[in-house]
Amino acid sequence: MNLPESRSTADPAPPQTGKIAKHHLEEWRGKAYVYLCVLLLVVIIFSIVVFIASRGLTPFISQGVSIKEMLFGLKWAPEDDTPVFGALPFLVGSFSTSLIAALIAAPLGICASIFMTEIMPKTGKSVLQPAIELLAGIPSVVYGFVGLSVIVPFLRHTFPGQGVGIMAGAIVLSVMILPTITSIATDALRSLPAGLKEGSYALGATRWQTIARIILPTTMPALLTGVVLGIARAFGEALAVQMVIGNAPHIPHSLFESATTLTSIITLSMGNTTTGSLHNNALWSLALILLIMTFLFVFIVRLLERRVKRS
Amino acid sequence: MKAKTIDRIMTGVIVGVTILIIAVLAGLIGYLLVRGLRHISFDFLFSPPQTIRAGGGIGPQLFNSLFLLVLTMIITIPLGLGAGIYMSEYAKPNRLTAFIRLIVEVLSSFPSIVVGLFGLLVIVNKFGLGFSLFSGAMALTVFNLPLMVRITEQSLRGVPREQKEAGLALGLSRWRTITSVLMPVAIPSIVTGTILAAGRVFGEAAALLFTAGMSSPRLNFSDWNPLHHTSPLNPFRPAETLAVHIWKINSEGLAPDAAQIAAGASAVLVITVLLFNLGARWLGRVLYRKLTASK
Amino acid sequence: MSTVATQHAFYSKDLSVYYGDKQAVKKISMDFPDRQVVALIGPSGCGKSTFLRSLNRMNDLIPGARIEGEVWINDQNICDPRTDVVRLRQKIGMVWQRPNPFHKSIYENIAFGARYHGIKDRKALDGIVEEALRKTALWDEVKDRLNQSALALSGGQQQRLCIARSVAVRPSILLMDEPASALDPVSTAKIEELIAELKKEYSIVIVTHNMHQAARVSDRTAFFFLGDLVEYDDTRTIFTNPSRKSTDDYISGRFG
Repeated sequence: MNLPESRSTADPAPPQTGKIAKHHLEEWRGKAYVYLCVLLLVVIIFSIVVFIASRGLTPFISQGVSIKEMLFGLKWAPEDDTPVFGALPFLVGSFSTSLIAALIAAPLGICASIFMTEIMPKTGKSVLQPAIELLAGIPSVVYGFVGLSVIVPFLRHTFPGQGVGIMAGAIVLSVMILPTITSIATDALRSLPAGLKEGSYALGATRWQTIARIILPTTMPALLTGVVLGIARAFGEALAVQMVIGNAPHIPHSLFESATTLTSIITLSMGNTTTGSLHNNALWSLALILLIMTFLFVFIVRLLERRVKRS
Repeated sequence: MKAKTIDRIMTGVIVGVTILIIAVLAGLIGYLLVRGLRHISFDFLFSPPQTIRAGGGIGPQLFNSLFLLVLTMIITIPLGLGAGIYMSEYAKPNRLTAFIRLIVEVLSSFPSIVVGLFGLLVIVNKFGLGFSLFSGAMALTVFNLPLMVRITEQSLRGVPREQKEAGLALGLSRWRTITSVLMPVAIPSIVTGTILAAGRVFGEAAALLFTAGMSSPRLNFSDWNPLHHTSPLNPFRPAETLAVHIWKINSEGLAPDAAQIAAGASAVLVITVLLFNLGARWLGRVLYRKLTASK
Repeated sequence: MSTVATQHAFYSKDLSVYYGDKQAVKKISMDFPDRQVVALIGPSGCGKSTFLRSLNRMNDLIPGARIEGEVWINDQNICDPRTDVVRLRQKIGMVWQRPNPFHKSIYENIAFGARYHGIKDRKALDGIVEEALRKTALWDEVKDRLNQSALALSGGQQQRLCIARSVAVRPSILLMDEPASALDPVSTAKIEELIAELKKEYSIVIVTHNMHQAARVSDRTAFFFLGDLVEYDDTRTIFTNPSRKSTDDYISGRFG
């Protein structure tokens, strides 16, 4: 850096042997660090899949349980003399709670996003948006606690049954997934080109006609993405559901009867079984089902996103 | 005329739904505070729980939650920053990058109970770390990492390209440009995002049931040597957090005042998350103002 | 160096730049005289900015961009993939269309580069900061608030700070990509004065849309059109007696 005062401007910088090493070295170190982080990320996900799959497949491979029995069997009696592992009740419980939750939350969330983008953007931004973000931040055990102490007693007094069950689970989950659906729907509505709406208004359409005929159909794939992500979250939620569903391992006759989901049976039983036992491995099979469902949800979301990009 | 009537009705419906959502939130928070605050006292916050008698507190659980949060963030932040920097600055637009992006997305969609089970299988059993704060922190890292990566990546992408070019044009290495030029610009949004993520970690329970455990050995709060068994700072002891505690007393609480304790603990948890939320916004604003000197 | 070096600071030979399959700059050979201002003019998309950005390999940042040909600076072909671009860029300062000071204090904006390149002594750094600010006529305006954020300065001041920042790492060449197009007339005039001052020490290449500006500040002017170098001559010749019709059409405002 100690250049002479008078010089040709084209003089090369004086050789600085130490410095060349310095900037290459720091670049190399930085690169090594970030590559290591990414490598770790990849290793983590692969080991999750490999470890859970290797445990979860054991009952089918070496312990004589058939996949058909697990997926369609009605009876879950792991500690009987001839143990049976029918996980259909849990599958029914998981699917029905998360789908009903989505049925409740999707219209609410989409209405909320329409409110925020089309009706009163200012109030939406200052009141509704923070409210939604707050809902997203409340821990799931707190939802479970409120569900247990408010929703379950309410259902017990209003409908026949104990109050616990699929309906209680679905209501709790619907509040939990509302933020997911709302925020994705809001992003989609906001990114809509203004010309599209103005064209419709210019033709004399009312606001609702514009929303129903132009806005919702155009953003449908994005709205569905939000709903699928909501279902995915509901499907994987463990404790909040476990607290309000009742945990009876059979398919209930009504929505207000005790039932079980995949996550809640794992939560309850995993701690009470010995590692390597058939019962324990069967629980890992259920975890594997959860894992596969996650992949499926990600896949569906990707398909939908591709359609969003195309439109 | 008819279209206008429908328009009015639908607008009414949408506004009604919005009011309903806000009412649900207000009811939720109100219920927790009304039921919980009555039970919160100095004693409740700092004394240990009772198994069968009334009057237990949540002291150790509260401490465990905070300690676990710190441990988790110590592991997560450097990893998340590194991977996020890779995603935004070093990843070339090719198949490998698309694959890594998919991996991050999958990892972020894993149910937390699955992450907890993975922790049980690998960290608790295989690595032999047992039910411990450290196992819990690793599980929470897995749970939190994708979010941290996304926060970092998006914050760095938000920095104008000219900033990066200015750094490089001065003859800085790429790495130095990232750390000294881009990072200061991205920091406010990284901090905001990180605190919000911390709030999520603080309330997480499912990933901890089988990693940090559901019991808390008697702690001696006068012994701060991290190597001692009863020391609160020992990272290799089992530790029930506040969120796990709420779940446990709701499902198997024997104390006569279990419901009140659950209410009090829930209120504490929600208030903390609220503070995280407000703190994140406030700190983000302050940092932004400080770093950009805009008044 | 030898007398040859005082004739031209650097030159390009058959330099082409591609974005994917599209050839944005077509086999440009140009020499840049030492300590003179060369203006690159031409309509938008004519390749002048792309050409400028290949002189310090800034196009490397754009995915899909590819360079062919040579640029020789001090007996070194900088288009050679083995070139240490980090060191290269230290010798070539750059200024952008929109001022882009670092989100740091005024002092740090300037001291940062010098410190990175090995100057740790506080007094020496103070000297470098003052010198750079004086050269860019900012010193009197900011000397009392060196520790304030650079973002609190006006647009014109920020742009001069960006020039000071480049000058502080002692480059020999300054590349300016429409440095005044985002500024008001007063700030623009100041930047132009500054360029006239800076060419005593630096070889300057400036891209501009503003023909009057090119005529005012430059010694030589190159007219680019559709990726080709149409004409390159003394500025006076270009503006009074261009040899190509398209140059004449452009500078007289008939297109572009």
